[in-house]
Order: sequence, then C-alpha cells, then structure tokens
Amino acid sequence: MPLAFLLPAAFFLGVWVVYPTFATMWRSLFSDRGDRFVGLDNYERMFTDEAVQTAIKNNVLWVLVIPAGVTAVGLVFAVLTEKVRWAVAFKIAVFIPLAVSLFAVGVIWRIMYQEDPERGAVNAAIVGVQGIVGERGVLSSAQPSTDALTGTPQGGLTLQDAVEPGDVALLGLTAIRADEIPEDGVDAVQPEPLQGGITGVVWRDFKPGGGNPGEVESEETGLAGVTVELRAGESGNAIESTMTGEDGSFAFEEVEAGEYRVAIGSETFAEPFEGFSWLGQSLITPAIMIAYIWVSAGFAMVIIAAGLSAIPRDTLEAARTDGATEFQVFRRITVPLLAPVLTVVFVTQIIACLKIFDLVLAIAPGSSRNDATLLAFEMWRRSFSGQNLYGLGSAISTFLLLLFIPFLIVNVRRFRAEAK
Amino acid sequence: MTKQRFILLALLLAMLAFVAAGCGGDDDEEGAGDGDTTAETTTAEEEESVSGSINVLAVWTGAEGEAFQAVLDGFTEANPDVEVKYQSATDPATVLSTSVEGGNPPDVAALPSPGIMADFAGRGALTPLDFARETIEENYAEGWLTAGSVKDELYGVFFKGVNKSTVWYNVEQFEAAGVEPPEDWETFLSNAETLAASGTPAYSIGGADGWTLTDLFENIYLRSAGPEMYDQLATHEIPWTDESVTNALTEMAKVLGDTDNIAGGTSGALQTDFPTSVTQVFADPPKAAQVIEGDFVAGVISAETQAEPETGFNVYPFPAIDGDDEGAVVGAGDVVVMFKDSPAARALIEYLATPEAQEIWAERGGFTAPNQNVDASVYPDEVTRGAAEGLGGADFRFDLSDLQPAAFGSDAMFSLLQDFLRNPDDVEGTAQALEAAAASAYGG
Repeated sequence: MPLAFLLPAAFFLGVWVVYPTFATMWRSLFSDRGDRFVGLDNYERMFTDEAVQTAIKNNVLWVLVIPAGVTAVGLVFAVLTEKVRWAVAFKIAVFIPLAVSLFAVGVIWRIMYQEDPERGAVNAAIVGVQGIVGERGVLSSAQPSTDALTGTPQGGLTLQDAVEPGDVALLGLTAIRADEIPEDGVDAVQPEPLQGGITGVVWRDFKPGGGNPGEVESEETGLAGVTVELRAGESGNAIESTMTGEDGSFAFEEVEAGEYRVAIGSETFAEPFEGFSWLGQSLITPAIMIAYIWVSAGFAMVIIAAGLSAIPRDTLEAARTDGATEFQVFRRITVPLLAPVLTVVFVTQIIACLKIFDLVLAIAPGSSRNDATLLAFEMWRRSFSGQNLYGLGSAISTFLLLLFIPFLIVNVRRFRAEAK
Repeated sequence: MTKQRFILLALLLAMLAFVAAGCGGDDDEEGAGDGDTTAETTTAEEEESVSGSINVLAVWTGAEGEAFQAVLDGFTEANPDVEVKYQSATDPATVLSTSVEGGNPPDVAALPSPGIMADFAGRGALTPLDFARETIEENYAEGWLTAGSVKDELYGVFFKGVNKSTVWYNVEQFEAAGVEPPEDWETFLSNAETLAASGTPAYSIGGADGWTLTDLFENIYLRSAGPEMYDQLATHEIPWTDESVTNALTEMAKVLGDTDNIAGGTSGALQTDFPTSVTQVFADPPKAAQVIEGDFVAGVISAETQAEPETGFNVYPFPAIDGDDEGAVVGAGDVVVMFKDSPAARALIEYLATPEAQEIWAERGGFTAPNQNVDASVYPDEVTRGAAEGLGGADFRFDLSDLQPAAFGSDAMFSLLQDFLRNPDDVEGTAQALEAAAASAYGG
C-alpha cells in the first residue's frame, strides 16, 4: 500500500526522466537520421571533433575554477555579512542575481562586455579610470598623406627629406576623424620661405574626391595646435619645438645653417586606451565565468551563512579566550566546522557548471562560440540549431551523463549519511 | 487543507490531460494519412470546396506576423470552410525537427532556408509539390525552382524573397569624401581608400554573425567566377580548393584585410552583430560609411535610426567584378513546404505561389516577392521595387550557404570565414579548411 503513493511520482519520473535518458543512450548508437545502426561511430566522431575537444577542455577548466571560486567568494561574503551593518540589505543585493534567469543574465553581460566603451559598461568603467591617466592626442587616428612622411603615428611622423634654413616643410595628414577636424577651420596656406628659418604647414591633405596628395589646395583645412619638432639632422635630437597656428602654419626662426628634420611628435597621435576585447577569442571563457560567479555567489553565500549560524558560538569564544587571532579562529575553527556545508556548495557547483548552456549562448558572439563552447552547448548546437546531427548530439549527452554520475553518487551518499 | 488537496488533484488531472493530448497527436497523423488517398482523386475536380483545419508554422512575428496573417485571411476568404491556424516560431528549424522526430509536424511550414528543407526531405518528412508545379513554373524564375528542389524533386515554393546584392551607404559621408556609388569593383576599392582618407572607415562588417561574411563571399564569387561555376560550387561538384574560390577569397581579402578601414578594426568587426553593423553607419558620428547586406537593411535603418531615404541613406547594387556580370544577384528567401498532405494544405500552397497572395504583403512594405508576376506598382517605395526586379532575372542565384547541409552552410562556413576575417592573409588555408568541412558535411 505505501508503494501506491509513489505511483504518481514514479509515473512522471518515468515519462520525463527515465525514458528520455535511456532513449537518448539508445539513440546515440544510430545515425543522425536514425535509420541506421552505427554502433559506437558517434562516439568516435565526438572525440575527433575539434569543437567537442575544445568543449571538453573548457569543461575541465570550468570544473577546476568555478566550484573553488564560487565557494571562496561565497565564504568571504558569508563571513563578512556576519560583521557588517545592513547585513540583510547586503545579502539581498548579492542574492538577487540568482532570481534572474540565466539567459537574461547572459544578455545583460553581453551588453556590458561590449568592446566599444560607449556601449559596454565594463570597458566604460576601465576607460573611465584609465582616462584620468592617459590623454587623447589632438589627432588620434591621423595617417600621413604621402610617403614623404615616414614612421608610424605611434612613434611620431618624420619628414623623410632633410630640410635646411629657407626650406618649407609640408606635413600632410589624412584619415582624420570627423570630430577631430577643426569645425571653424581655416584653409591651409603654403607659407612663404623664411630667410634663415624653416617654415611649414600641417594640414588635412584631403578634400572631397581626395585632391592631390602632397599639395596644399583650397578647401583643405589647416590643423591648429599640433606640436612640431625641429630635430638635428645627424643625431635626431629635438632642438626646438613649436605649435601650429590657426591655419596650420609654423615657423622656426633664426636657425643655424645645416641639415634638420621636421617631425610631429607621437603625443599628437596618442590614442586613448579603448578597453579590452572581452568577447574576443582569448577572454571569452573568463568573461563567461565572471558572469557565472556573479550569479552563483549569492547561492553559496546563503548556504554558507546558514552553516555559519549553526556553528556553536562557545567554541569560537573558547578559542578567542585562549588567545587565537581572528584569522586563526577562521582557519582552524570556522572552516573545519563548515566543511560539510562547503562540500555541499562545491559538489553542487560542479554539477551546475557541467550543464552550463544558456550563458554561452547568450554571451558569446558567433565569432567566439567555438572558443567558449561547453559540452552541454555543443550537444544543443549539434542536435537542434538546425544541424540535426541527432546521433552525435545523443552521444554528447550520454558522455555528459557519464561525467555527472560520480558527483551524483557523492551527493546521494552524503544525503544518506545526513539522514542517519 | 481540503482546498490544497483540490488544487493538487486539479494539477494532476491537468497533467494527465496534457499527456493524453500528446499521445493523441499520433492518431491525428494517421487520420491525415488516410486522407491521402481521397485527396488525390478529389482535388482536381473539386478544388473549390476544400475544407478542414490546417496548421501553418513560420518565423514571422510582430508586424511581419500581421502581414502574413493578412495573406492567410485572403486564403480563408476564398475558402471559407478551411480553418488556418498560424503559429510563429523564432527558430522554426528547432521546433520542426523536434516535432518531426515526435511525429506531429504542422501541415505547412515556411522554412528560412532550402538547406533545412533538404534535411527534412532527406528524412522523408516532406511531400513533393508536383500538384502545384504548373502554377510555380508560370510565376517563378528558373533559379527559384532549382533552389526549391532536392534531387530534381520539387519540395518547396518560395514565398518571401531577399535581394542580397545591395550596398547601403551614408549619403553625407559619401558627399564629404566626394565619392559616388561605384559600378565596378576597382572603383569600389578606390572609393574605400578615399573614404578612409576622409576620416570615416569605408566598411561596417557584422562579423559576429557569420552569415554576413558568407553573403559577401557569395556576391564576390558569383561575379568573379560566373553563374555556372557558382552552381557547381553550390552542389560541391568542384572543390573549395578550386582556383575560382581562392581568387574570390583574394578579392574578399582586399576588403577584410583593409583593417584600418573597418569600423572597430578586425576585433571590433568580429563582435559586431548585424543590426549594429547597420546602425553604426547611420549613428552620429557614423562609425563607417557603408554596409554590404541585403534589402532587409532598409527595415533596420527605418526602425532604429533617424536616417531619411535618399538624404540620409541610399543603396547601390553590388558592383560588377568581371565586367559582364551586371544584374548578377544573390538572393534568398523563405521556402514553403508541406509536411502533411491534405486537400486544404494543397490549396494553401497553390495560393501562396500566386501573385495575388504575395501582393497582399508587398503592398504593406518590407516584402520582396520572388514571384515575377507580382505587379511592381504595388511596392510602396522605389528601393524595394528595384530590389524585387533583380530577383526575377536570369542571373539570379540562390544564397549558396543556404543550399549547403546545415552543418556546413550555417555553422562551419560561418566560423571559417570568421577565422578568415581574423587572418585575411591565409587564403590557401581558408580554402582547404572550407573544403575539409564541406567534404565531411557532404559525406556524413
């Protein structure tokens, strides 16, 4: 009779858990279309598939980093909330992400991780802090208009031919960002040569249609506020420097006879730090992990905080009375007493991060999915994203199930032990 | 306490009903199977009096969903005894492949690509459309029939078309740089240099979505190798290591390798999704001067930017590469297929192939009809009218990646071209990797 009460539960478990599990295992032995028995071929395909190999590597990385990371962060939060005022408010703030669906979390982080600091909050914050230190040059993206200027914008641009007093130096630049073109700019004018001096002009060597590179023409704007250096011909040491005027012209007066070089210093072209490429190939996995830790820290904190409050206070008091420092109390009393709780968090997180799927789908752009992929994601991609490789997908599922089993056994054993 | 019990009981009953309904699906299908034999004899004479209830599944939601519903209403007006239930799914391939596996597909569905159609046809889930062949041949250019066939058997009729051979540009930036829309590839590339010198990168590339890159490749390939080679590559009769492919990749590298001339550089392009690649061309200040994509760009521009047609944005056809390839158009479309045969489903398919059905949506805008007999005057503006004309032409070719097995055409090909965007110098390596992926997709 007691067994009868189990029937409804057993029925639903059977329909939605037991049957699909075995059907998937059976399916993994058939071809993608399900019309041919292929034995273990799908498993061979799986282990030789490059994307699945990356997925396995990434899953290993997740299992190494995430459970430890989440437990550690949760432990720190739990211990700290015991000591701060407004502990409840703090706990709620840390716990809230858990109430948001993982997919929504992914969408939020995808937006925050955008590379352009104008769009992505993470890079905006980094650039904001960094912006206090670094400064943008007046012409951050300019390029030389002809081969007469050599060097790179990052190292400064130098006029290739040496100049002597009485010469005119023409420093033409193009590819100037729209917002860096002087709005009320004055047309550049080729300056007159100066007896015993070097004159020249820095100008935007471009007008609609392109114009003739290297020639100062009408409609081409002078660039004001550019620092021009006069360098010694031999050593290349800067001798003098000056700033261009409104029409982009500059002059070094009373220069001794000899050969010189005219250059625009690299500070003119300084590009501000534009932020990290979070969603690029190399940072995508850490980026997704950070998002995951952000979600799970709350869960870990709540469980651990519950464990903490169950620790007998008198043990802690006794240790303190015996002269233990706070760190010793934490290390020798709190952590060992918390060990069972920490194991719960740890094992749960192993299982949780083996099945991560939605975060990869939501955060990784198409171009870095191959680098961010995890087994559960790969299983979906092969079977359902239009590829319809059901045989391969079932094989990946079955493999994933095998990976779960040890941790499930650990968990079940622990439940039993606790029940006793 | 009693209340709780009552709720539990109600829940249990609801679940049982749900399970029962699921099992009942099979019976329905058998019923439809029985209908088969009668259908063949009756449709010919009694076309007027079809009746029954059919389910239609397609990707269209929102305004597009309403427009499609209007098209379906046109059908039910003519056939009052038929009840048509429309269901939209953002990812029809997934929904359908599970419902086919479960033995309960909708009667009629619009698939986003013929590659998916070929998958279902290969699994024997589709019914050939021979009954409608006459109507379709009357109304469609050859390229559409080929794209709708699998192994010479006609399985699909295209309902909504896309012209992918268009380039959309920011008019102000073109004026500031003093360039005109180009007609040939050389001018296109020299325009790009001029645009760079003016201070605005020439290209906006949505490289986070691989399909924008396959579209670019297909446009270049169709023009540089010609329609015949294109057909051979589409069916994998020539390998991807063929010289025509490496030539096309070399041309493509002239765009992708011009990294200073791409909005955000290479890494920026790899993270830019398609909608952003459009909006950033018309942002203030613009991040690039032009974006190469199909006629659906117009929808994104009008929905998400302030740009006005002709003064803010405009469009030109993808430039000719070989000289004699004017009018070569790469296109795509949604293909309507029949999963369950019934007189009502047959009547609906025939109806969707007619110009009348397509004009209903064309009038509402945002629709390019693949049907060549659709009256051009119904289009609400010049831009869609021009795009639609290209789709009826003889040099129309269907989007090559959509014709591939999904594992290649909508996965491996995407990521390999994204790798190519990362490293445009590696033409040979890319061609070899494409061939390896194509071979495994065709072999398996």
